[in-house]
Amino acid sequence: MTPETPIRWRRKDLLGIAELSPAEIELILDTAESFSEIGERAIKKVPTLRGKTVLNLFFEASTRTRSSFEIAEKRLSADNINFSTSGSSLEKGETLVDTALNLQAMAPDLVIIRHAHPGVPHMLAKRIKAGVINAGDGAHEHPTQALLDAFTIRRHKGRLAGLKVAILGDIEHSRVVRSNIHLLNKMGAKVTIGGPRTLMPVEMEAMGVEVAYTLEDAIRDADVIMMLRVQLERLGRMAFPSVKEYFQLFGLTTARLAAARDDVIIMHPGPMNRGTEIASEVADGPYSVILEQVTHGVSVRMAILYLLSGVHEETV
Amino acid sequence: MSPYQGKLLIHGGRVIDPSQDLDEALDLLIEDGRVARLDGAIKKPKDAETFDAAGLVVAPGLIDMHVHLREPGQEYKETVRTGTMAAAAGGFTAVACMANTDPVNDSRSVTEHILLEAQRHGFARVYPIGAISKGLLGEELAEIGEMVRAGARAVSDDGKPVMSSELMRRALLYAQHFDIPVIQHAEDLTLTGSGVMHEGVWSTRLGLPGIPGASEDVMVARDLILAEDTAGRYHVAHLSTARSLDMVRRAKSQKINVTCEVAPHHLILTDEEVAKSGFSTNTKMKPPLRSEKDRAALLNGLADGAVDCIASDHAPHHADEKDVQFSVAPFGIVGLETTLSLCLDRLVRPGILSLPRLVHLLSTGPARVLGVPGGTLKEGSPADVTVFHPDAEVTLSKASFRSKGKNTPFDGWKLHGHPVATFLEGRRTLDG
Ligand SMILES: [Zn+2]
Repeated sequence: MTPETPIRWRRKDLLGIAELSPAEIELILDTAESFSEIGERAIKKVPTLRGKTVLNLFFEASTRTRSSFEIAEKRLSADNINFSTSGSSLEKGETLVDTALNLQAMAPDLVIIRHAHPGVPHMLAKRIKAGVINAGDGAHEHPTQALLDAFTIRRHKGRLAGLKVAILGDIEHSRVVRSNIHLLNKMGAKVTIGGPRTLMPVEMEAMGVEVAYTLEDAIRDADVIMMLRVQLERLGRMAFPSVKEYFQLFGLTTARLAAARDDVIIMHPGPMNRGTEIASEVADGPYSVILEQVTHGVSVRMAILYLLSGVHEETV
Repeated sequence: MSPYQGKLLIHGGRVIDPSQDLDEALDLLIEDGRVARLDGAIKKPKDAETFDAAGLVVAPGLIDMHVHLREPGQEYKETVRTGTMAAAAGGFTAVACMANTDPVNDSRSVTEHILLEAQRHGFARVYPIGAISKGLLGEELAEIGEMVRAGARAVSDDGKPVMSSELMRRALLYAQHFDIPVIQHAEDLTLTGSGVMHEGVWSTRLGLPGIPGASEDVMVARDLILAEDTAGRYHVAHLSTARSLDMVRRAKSQKINVTCEVAPHHLILTDEEVAKSGFSTNTKMKPPLRSEKDRAALLNGLADGAVDCIASDHAPHHADEKDVQFSVAPFGIVGLETTLSLCLDRLVRPGILSLPRLVHLLSTGPARVLGVPGGTLKEGSPADVTVFHPDAEVTLSKASFRSKGKNTPFDGWKLHGHPVATFLEGRRTLDG
């Protein structure tokens, strides 16, 4: 046994789960625990980030993640400014490098960024002094989602190690699945992914997962099932012939849940397509923790903002 | 540039000339731009200048049969002048330039324009490659005969593949009238889709759309069938996969008229580099950096003769064009000023290739594929000569490139071996 050494957050940015250590992941989750209590107070606000400026930079439409970050920022008393694509220079052909330089000129403390292209947060992080938090870059990573998923699982199962987690759906286009695979593997869970072969990236096994091609095989004895959003815009691009057929093959229904463990929990990063990847009876049923994920998302993001802002270092 | 008038004695060097199976200490006497004598201990004629090549390798001028000089139309990326300066600096005495200029080199007038620029400002021989199809549109044949009469030495739609099987078949037939190779950028665009890197474990991890190896293989397989049926001369540009190479090797054994080139970056880097470099756009090119298995297969092909030449696919872009997110950056990197050092350090130094084999791949090989003079130091041939240090340490620095393009993943690499002097018809084009 190694003696428990207190871990301190050292990174400027949170770009992905791939580069995090298990100790760093645990630090975020533990910090989130202490922030979750704030959300239960009548006055849900603490002065922790007073005087800090946070820019929310969303190059891609997002309601859930953006509002979750905004709420987290407000609860920590940070000054926040939102940029989204419509009407801003982000759409007027300004290059990312120029955007980065302009942002730097505003001297923010933290920048939250979502972009359709993998690697954009990394590019930004190299160019600006502010801490960069990746709020989703293409199909690459969505670290805060994986962390809030882990937080939710821990709340229900008390642990991550040893759990069997099934993740199902459009694997190819999902950043959620990639961040979750990294995180769950690092924390000792066993991951099985499933979905149509036409939406399964090559050499998935090399990421340390088992791959199943039927829903039943994927969820057998699962402690946790995560359903991924099927991107309906992929329809008609040879990925699968129809929503009806998708639901027949990979839609999660109460009847099919029998293969999983009795205390299974059902998760979904949202937004859901009811009747495409998940039946309403499951989404709204007793095993579903989907709305809890949303609640925990705020606590986890507060923890991340707190750690990256460096205020914990200033007070040491 | 006109031939050097007078005499030059390059003495004391190790002469490697694959065309004559030569690898020995010899002196080389050049007279009025031609190789006059190649012999042990030539006595210096009174009126001759001398070049001391002690400790250096003296080789037939290197030929890069796949470069983009960007002129006409994209002079902000490169010109015939800067591109051939880069060639000379990299040890090349000749380059073949691709037709994807603006306007496209699909007519005699553009071919003539390129050759005129080369004559006026060139630091290396320039062999224009004409387009296969008008406007690179892949629909109808360009005026190949006219371009050949003007000086084109091959045809290619490079940058784009010839997707139409029918057009490819006709190109392979028609090009035989002029005894020139049809060079294919082998890629099935329907399989490439929106791909930006090799499809494999790294595209899966990074969530970047992949370009499967099959995208190249399907095209090579189709073209080999057409080459067999037409007996045309077929050349695969920048071949990058193990399977394509296997098919080429097999086709050669069946006497199908096929040759292929590989690019240094495919011999040295793999798709992992995209992740290791943190999404650097200088790891983005077409074909993409492939898997380790592909890379290993290409190295085998260099040694066993399946590969005919090494060509850089020198693709200069403006810094602003590359300084964008990975997914939208243009494909391609520069190569003229890095190729020789990379090959010496990464292929010869570890013993993958002998020096004579490397010289063959960079000189005699491409000369044969293109059917151009050069690639030899036989007496009477043009005195295109490259002198290089086989193992002296050098640090690649994009800041010192003569090329306008600085887009290279090799900046700052410490390597062993570098060009020292380049002579074009006896006239020095690179000072060491
Ligand atoms: Zn090409």
